[in-house]
Amino acid sequence: MEKQLRETAKKLLQEGTVQVVIGYGRVETGGIGAIFVTNPDNADNLVWNQECSQNLVTYLTRKEIRKLGKAAIVVKACDARAVVVLKNESQLENNDVVVIGVACPGILNHRGSGDPVLQARCETCTERLPKNVDFVIGDESVNLPPLSVEQRSRKGNYAKLAKLMAMTQEERFRFWKDEFSRCIRCYACRQSCPLCYCNQCVVDKNRPVRIDTSATLKGNFAWNILRAFHLAGRCIGCGACSEACPAGIELDLLNLTLSQVSELEFHHFSGQEPGTAPLIGTYSEGDKEDFIQ
Amino acid sequence: MALENNTDNHFEPKIIAFVCNWCTYLGADLAGTNRLEYPANIRIIRLPCTGRIDFNLIVKAFEVGADAVLVSGCHPGDCHYTAGNYHARRRWILFRELLNTLGIDTRRIHFSWISAAEGAKFQKFVTKIVEDTRALGPYTDYKQLMIDN
Repeated sequence: MEKQLRETAKKLLQEGTVQVVIGYGRVETGGIGAIFVTNPDNADNLVWNQECSQNLVTYLTRKEIRKLGKAAIVVKACDARAVVVLKNESQLENNDVVVIGVACPGILNHRGSGDPVLQARCETCTERLPKNVDFVIGDESVNLPPLSVEQRSRKGNYAKLAKLMAMTQEERFRFWKDEFSRCIRCYACRQSCPLCYCNQCVVDKNRPVRIDTSATLKGNFAWNILRAFHLAGRCIGCGACSEACPAGIELDLLNLTLSQVSELEFHHFSGQEPGTAPLIGTYSEGDKEDFIQ
Repeated sequence: MALENNTDNHFEPKIIAFVCNWCTYLGADLAGTNRLEYPANIRIIRLPCTGRIDFNLIVKAFEVGADAVLVSGCHPGDCHYTAGNYHARRRWILFRELLNTLGIDTRRIHFSWISAAEGAKFQKFVTKIVEDTRALGPYTDYKQLMIDN
């Protein structure tokens, strides 16, 4: 698979279809990170294995990367959904980018001690062959039989969320207070997110100051509410935010709860279908209003 | 504009109401011109449309010490801008769930449709949420966040 990936990248660069290939490779720190291949001879530096955790799609919208020219990007099934959302939200044209999808057996978590285990988000992922991509590397053998909602709720992040929701409201508030008290406001969650692409984030605007920028509980709550809600109906569940968080805050649970409502109330699955309208930004006269007096 | 609660033991709820210019604000106005009395615990903030009500405003209201928040606008189909309230409704469906997950007390966030002709409904509804909030007591959870740092 890795060989096929390198050949595809080399060919794209040699033919001049793209000027840069964004993929995974060994980085100076020794781990796997993003590499930007501009010379076809370096295509052999590309790597694909179960350590390739980062969602590279976040680079597609960055100015510095756009300057490099037309890009090809290596994506997993979850990352591919981010490309679809970017296109749906008019952030990318269809021919702005060549998408190379790799079949993903699930990403391993190397953070803890002991043998690496499958990441929580990968436990409930069954469609592991990327869709809506230009090249597919690997085959359907990575796909798993779909889980029912009930089965899913017992695994991975869904199980964590179910456990959280089983607590009382006060317990949940204490849980998040504890989590957010560790937030240092580095905005790694924002930077790693492929869908947080605003030129100027509302938290960086200072006239007026809408969100306290110091790392106090007040500001941390406001910021994390804002970050999660700006991804409502958009988050594709790649877990990049939690992965990037140096404080280990389980940010993806907040996104997951919103994804669950999107799914249950609106049958909206972000990034599954090209050409769908954003969830917030459209409406239906039949939306529920049992909470409105 | 910190909203300090009274220092003696008597608790008076502070409720911030975000209302739309075209329906609920006029409903409140009608309640006034009809001399319908309702508790003075409510602070009305007039915005062009419920669709304009940024969720940050609700967070901000709690930050400055609100014990409850009311969001109110035109009935479905009555929006001055055709669909602002439909957009708002969808947003609140999602936002309420996020707040619930965060453990923020959703009993303290009220939504209603009150038209320009419903002065009486405004009076009744405001009276009800003031009484409900009084029963719940001050919203110390969120206020504590401002102190804990």
